[in-house]
Amino acid sequence: MEESPLHPFELHNYIPIQLFGLDISINKAVIMMWVVVGLTAFLLVKAGASRRMVPTKLQSLAELLVGFIRDIILDTMGKDGMRFFPFIATLFVFILFCNILGLIPGTFTVTSQIVVTAAFALFVYSMSIVLGFVLHGVKFLGILVPPGTPGWLLPLMMPIELVSQLARPLSLSVRLFANMTAGHTILGVLFGLTITGGLLIGWLPFAFTVAMNVLEVGIAIIQAYIFTILTCVYLGDAFHLHGAEGHAH
Amino acid sequence: MDAAAAALVGMGLAAAGFAGAGVGIGYIFGKMIEAVARQPEAEGRVGKYMWIGFALVEAIALYGLVIAFIIMGLRK
Repeated sequence: MEESPLHPFELHNYIPIQLFGLDISINKAVIMMWVVVGLTAFLLVKAGASRRMVPTKLQSLAELLVGFIRDIILDTMGKDGMRFFPFIATLFVFILFCNILGLIPGTFTVTSQIVVTAAFALFVYSMSIVLGFVLHGVKFLGILVPPGTPGWLLPLMMPIELVSQLARPLSLSVRLFANMTAGHTILGVLFGLTITGGLLIGWLPFAFTVAMNVLEVGIAIIQAYIFTILTCVYLGDAFHLHGAEGHAH
Repeated sequence: MDAAAAALVGMGLAAAGFAGAGVGIGYIFGKMIEAVARQPEAEGRVGKYMWIGFALVEAIALYGLVIAFIIMGLRK
């Protein structure tokens, strides 16, 4: 059988560790997450260490980032959402750095593992459910009824809304995972064509990888943004039942 | 048709879902250009929603890719 195009995504344990039957081995993804956490912590702490009236380059970058995330939250959740700022900001920065650092050859894209994205998505979704029930009690079940639905349509609408609700964590996780995996697979296939193509025609797919890399940087940023904004929308739905903000699925 | 060939055909069919996403992305960018041509000062706000829509449509194409990967994992 030919080599699978997915083999760069396979993980091999460097240091196998078993703890109470749980596999917490150290592998490439774990090390990459440490690198991401370390780098973001270093950069942001350094940016915030000496706050000046006239910001340094790093500080203005961090200010831009904070302003960007604050605008996302204010647009989707309103003022109440600001208490989620640390969570949303952590999520955004972590996913962004995972996506972008994964593009450097030789590193590993943590978000191309569905277990990572599914853990994020399930956490976000269960948080929105718990928050909704805590804030609204049983009335939160009204999220299954779109506003303005006539009574005779309810038996039809409620199952549809239930499915659309349950599809949220699935689509949230698969979207990020598939985008990252697909991008890297396409790059891998193109590099494979470059090698098999030889000198005569091999430059063509190689030139194309440059264009694909540009697109991938864009995709990395957009997908981090999408994940964050959908998190805000789901949390905002739990906040304001049938609020004024639109539904983005 | 033996199972291995059927799996390959199935993977190809799963990838055919990209056609729909192609139509969708073309529609999004076309409408964006139309909107900006009508009202150039709205570019910032329209652009934000365009990128969200673009990523959502693109993700739907990639669901087909995921199905292709699942089939690839299933075949022996």
